[in-house]
Formats: sequence, structure tokens, C-alpha cells
Amino acid sequence: MEAVYEKYFRDNIPHIWCAGCGNGIVMGAFARAMEKLGWDQDDTVVLSGIGCSSRITGYLDFSTMHTAHGRALAVATGVKMAEPRLKVVVFMGDGDAAAIGGNHFIHACRRNLDITAVVINNYIYGMTGGQFSPLTPFGKKATTAPYGSIDRSFDMVELAKGAGASYVARGDVFHVKQLVDLLAEAGEHKGFSLVEVISACPVSYGRNNKMAEPIDLLMQIKKDTVNIKAAQNMSEEDLAGKIVVGRHYQADLPEYSEVYADMVAGLQKGGEGR
Amino acid sequence: MSKVKLIQGNVACALGALAAGADFYAGYPITPSTEIAEFMASRLPKIGGHFIQMEDEIASMGAIIGASAVGHKAFTATSGPGFSLMQELLGYAVITELPLVVVDVMRAGPSTGLPTLPSQSDVQQARWGTHGDHAIIAISPASVTETYFETIRAFNLAEKYRTPVVLLIDEKIGHLRERFDVPDDFVPKIINRKTVVDKKAQYVPYENTADLVPPFVPLGQGVHWHITGLTHDEKGFYSSNPQVVDKSIRRLSAKIEDNKKDICKLETVFTEDADILLVAYGSVSRTAQEALNQLRAEGIKVGLVRLITLWPFADEEIAKLLAGKKAVMVPEMNLGQIFKEVDRVARGVKVFAQSRVDGDLITPAEIVAKVKEVL
Ligand SMILES: Cc1ncc(C[n+]2csc(CCOP(=O)(O)OP(=O)(O)O)c2C)c(N)n1
Ligand code: SF4
Repeated sequence: MEAVYEKYFRDNIPHIWCAGCGNGIVMGAFARAMEKLGWDQDDTVVLSGIGCSSRITGYLDFSTMHTAHGRALAVATGVKMAEPRLKVVVFMGDGDAAAIGGNHFIHACRRNLDITAVVINNYIYGMTGGQFSPLTPFGKKATTAPYGSIDRSFDMVELAKGAGASYVARGDVFHVKQLVDLLAEAGEHKGFSLVEVISACPVSYGRNNKMAEPIDLLMQIKKDTVNIKAAQNMSEEDLAGKIVVGRHYQADLPEYSEVYADMVAGLQKGGEGR
Repeated sequence: MSKVKLIQGNVACALGALAAGADFYAGYPITPSTEIAEFMASRLPKIGGHFIQMEDEIASMGAIIGASAVGHKAFTATSGPGFSLMQELLGYAVITELPLVVVDVMRAGPSTGLPTLPSQSDVQQARWGTHGDHAIIAISPASVTETYFETIRAFNLAEKYRTPVVLLIDEKIGHLRERFDVPDDFVPKIINRKTVVDKKAQYVPYENTADLVPPFVPLGQGVHWHITGLTHDEKGFYSSNPQVVDKSIRRLSAKIEDNKKDICKLETVFTEDADILLVAYGSVSRTAQEALNQLRAEGIKVGLVRLITLWPFADEEIAKLLAGKKAVMVPEMNLGQIFKEVDRVARGVKVFAQSRVDGDLITPAEIVAKVKEVL
């Protein structure tokens, strides 16, 4: 394991994350997924937005780009379109991807460029100290929802599916082996893939919601999650309040940069394109 | 050139971008700039370049930033409302030192304003629209042919100084159809961003080089460097060390402000013996030239300073031209955005603004009348 970390992490660890933060678990899982995939680090660009989770790009030993809040997918679109040979991975927080970057998110799903998007969902704006996000569950507390959030939350899996993503999965920081597998599967998939990772922010989310100890959140995630295979045999009542983890959707759909390349090839043969 | 070609300013801009080596365009439609997107959508795929229509102007800026980071010459075109949306990421390109070109075909604002009518009211938005201390390069051409050459120059400056460059075209020039005086066999001088000889050697992406412009290696070519909009050290990683931050923020401005000789461009007409000077740019400078002709015919000694580079502002050069004049007049299609700059460097010479913000052009007769009133 040490060797894996040494290979994929820069030598600037220690990181900024609080003790018990889920971001480190996701980063470790990503390194192991990379090891599984065997991607050449030289041909891989990793991007992120702004937030605690997005600081991940500073620690990963690839060509990395820490962009602006919500804009990572827009920048990644330029990277992948301009250089389709590159593998592109994007890390975002829940506020980053679903609030300020929501428009870029649905359009990235729709275009189906071959980008692997990882949304680290800790249910909260961690970096700014615990304001509610579009993924904060109804009724949960945040510094800007001191009486409990009255906002309905998005379901990222349904959002991505509806918007046209061709691979959609949800993992969590308790079931790490599964997370590694999902990240690797998403990387392998050609087209836009989303892995939502249910994560833990003991400091900005846990403290506001009586789960201040890191272990509390992990135990809660363990209790709330149910694997998609098991979920198939469960009634709607049994599934109420549960978080279904695993691969939710996969389809073989035309990848945008390939469709573009086909159009270019057609034009260069003297045709008029499609 | 064999035949007389009549083309539109926006098309000249698109042709200039291609001549400069641009192979990536991302944009969102907006009048009066859309012809640039349409031209690129048709041309880029044919030459193996990339065109993408994004979901908004923020995304368009994001996409060209991404393309630039992997080594492509990328640009977008918009107008006031879209330019406002681009401002945050324009600052990102400034601090990360990614070359790119943003074309703003100016219409009158604020807000949706006068979508189809000319204006020069984004001049200060180009200068200070993004937050934080920074320098910017902005250029404003006055003819269709000049739009072509200045677009090439915009790309060259972006590459040379590793910086975003704003091309401010007023709607009149963008939509003007006139003679395109570029020989068919014209080969432009192209500047590409400086790189390092040995990519495997320790690459310092924000090295404090003597010329203030660090070398560039595209992402995804084997060098695992890090780009961030946070203040960063020479290696590109976040730093809040006061000395590091101070040095890098000052360098970002200095690499532009200290190179005014290279970046600033203006033309003078009869400035030496003139009693009164007109300072103008874009389509208004043509009106000013016409007014000058009429006034000279009447024996009134008027000169013209035609600004082509607006930012950085050519303080010293303009101060010298103004020295000893009876008066200076700045006609422009805004409420005095360049007037205030001219007034700032005038050192006692009286400067008058001549503003028009109703979507109509300033006429030569108006300038003639105002000059006579001032004299
Ligand atoms: C345009 C803009 N608006 C607001 C902010 C402030 N801001 C920084 S991070 C953040 C939210 C972070 O939450 P999330 O995306 O969920 O990531 P986390 O920190 O929880 O990992 C906000 C609002 C910003 N940097 N830029
Ligand atoms: S505030 Fe939350 S998300 Fe941010 S580092 Fe701390 S635990 Fe992690």
C-alpha cells in the first residue's frame, strides 16, 4: 500500500484536512484505483474546483489543475476537447458540483465527453465552515440552516442519469474496497462517468448534527448504506432513508470527442460532415 | 491582392485568430459577436481544430482556459453581458498565467442595454472587471483590416507575456463591411509561448526569470506540475507567505506595465503643430479623423492621437504628446472611460470629454462644433 501512495502522491503531504475527514479516504481509494487501471500518470490530467475536497489536486502526482469554484468541469471540457488523448479526472465537492457548478455538471453529463467525475458529498460546505448545500438532507442543520434545512436536496445519481451521463455510481467512505472498484470502473468506462462518494465531514457537518466524532459519521454511513444488489430485493418501505451504493447505470453512448473527430475526418475527406 | 475583398470586422477577427494559430474556440452566442462563433464553427473542424458551444460564458472561459493549459491557442468572443460573466475566470487566467484571447464586441449597457448598437462602455470593465490587483492588455482596432492585424497581435502578446488579452471591438467595427487590405500571400509573424528545452529537468512553472515571464510546459506532457488560482510559489503550490505573495503579485503586473514600449501602440496625426488634440480609439477615431480634416481645411490646428492599445495605458507617451497643448478632447461612446485616463496624465493641460451613450455614433460635425467651442 505504501508503495501505491508513494507512486501517486506528491511529497507535500501532510495535507490540510481535519482528522476524520473523508477526503483522505477518497484520495487513498483513488490511488488504488489508479494502480488497478495502470494509467500512465504522464497522460492523465486531474482537475478540481474549490473546497476542502478540491484541494486533492495539490497532493496527487499528476498534471493537476485546481480551478475555480464550480468550474472544474468546464475547464476539463476544454482539456479533453483540445487533447482527447489525455485521461481526465475531476474532483468536486457537493456544493462545487451541484450548486455553483450545477449547470456545467448537467451539460457535461449531456455531452458525454470521456471524463471521470468524482463528487465528494459530505452534505455540507466544508471549506467555508458548514453552510448547507443542495445535497444537505432535508431537516439537517447547517450554520445557514440553524433550524434545519428546509431545502429539498438533489439526488446526484438521478440528476446525472437524467442529464445523460453514461456511467453513474455511488460509493461511500466506509466501503472502501467497493469505492476503489467503482472508481476504477468509472475510469475504464468510455464517456462521462459520475462517482458520487458519500463522505464524512465531522467538523462542519458532524458538529452541527450531533455527530462530531469521526467514528459517528462513519457508523452512520455504514448504517444508512445498502448495496444496490441487496436493494433489488427490498421493498420501498425498507429502502426509505437508505443510501443505495454501487453501480446504478451504465450505457454505451457515443463519446463526444470521438463524434467530433469523426466529423473532422469526414470533412477532411472532402465531405460536408454530417 | 487580386480582387477587392469586402468583409465584416467580426470575420476579420476570426481570420486573424486563425492566422495567429488559434485552433480552439469555445463560446456562447451573443449579439453583436455571434458571427465570430459561426465562422469558427464552420472553419475549425475543416482544419482539424476544435469548436465547442458551451452552456454559458463562464463555461466558455473555462473551456479555453483548459485548452490553453494543454498548450493550445484558444479564444472566445462575447459582448458586455457575457464579458461580465467571464470576469472571475479572466482573473484565473491572469494569476495562472495562461495565454488566451477574449474578444468583446461592445454594445451599450448596463445589463441587456442596447444589444444591436455600438458602444465603448466596456473599456474599464476590461481593465478592472476581475477582482484583485492585476494588469491586463486590451486592444481596440478601428477598421476591418486593422481588426485582422490586431487580432494576430493579441494572440502574440498573450503568448509572449503568458497572459489573457482582451480585444475590444465596438459594434460599428464588428459589423462594418469594408475593404480588407491583406495580401493573399501575407505571412504573419507568430509568437509562441516560451518553453523549456529539457522537459524532464526540474521545471519551475512560475520561475522568477529576468524577463518576468516564466516558461510554459503544457499539462499532460510528462511534467506533473500544478496550476492553481490560489497565490502560489514558483513551483505553483499554494503559498500565503507574505514575501512570496508580494513578489508574485507585483511580477504579474510588472511583466505588463514594464513592457509598455512593446505592448502600447498608438498613431498620431498632425500632433506636432496642433493647438488642440483629439484622443480617440475604435470607430470614433475615424470620426475624429474626419473632423480633423474639416478643421484643418479651415486652418484650425487640430491633431489626433489614435489609441490602438488601451491597456496598459501609455501614460508617459501620451503625457508627452499632450504637453503644451491648449486643450485636449476625448470623444468616446461612453461617459468618459478613457477621458479620465487622459485627464490623469495631462499634467495641467485642460481635457474635455465628449460623450455619447445613446447608441448613436458621434458625428464629425459634433466634434468640429465642440473643438470650436473649446478653442
Ligand atoms: C465564486 C465563489 N463563491 C464562493 C466561494 C466560497 N467557497 C469556497 S469553497 C465553498 C464551498 C465548498 O463546499 P463544497 O463544494 O461542498 O466542498 P467541501 O469544502 O465541502 O469539500 C464556497 C462557498 C468561492 N471560492 N468562489
Ligand atoms: S472541514 Fe470537513 S471537509 Fe473540510 S477538511 Fe475538515 S472535515 Fe474535511
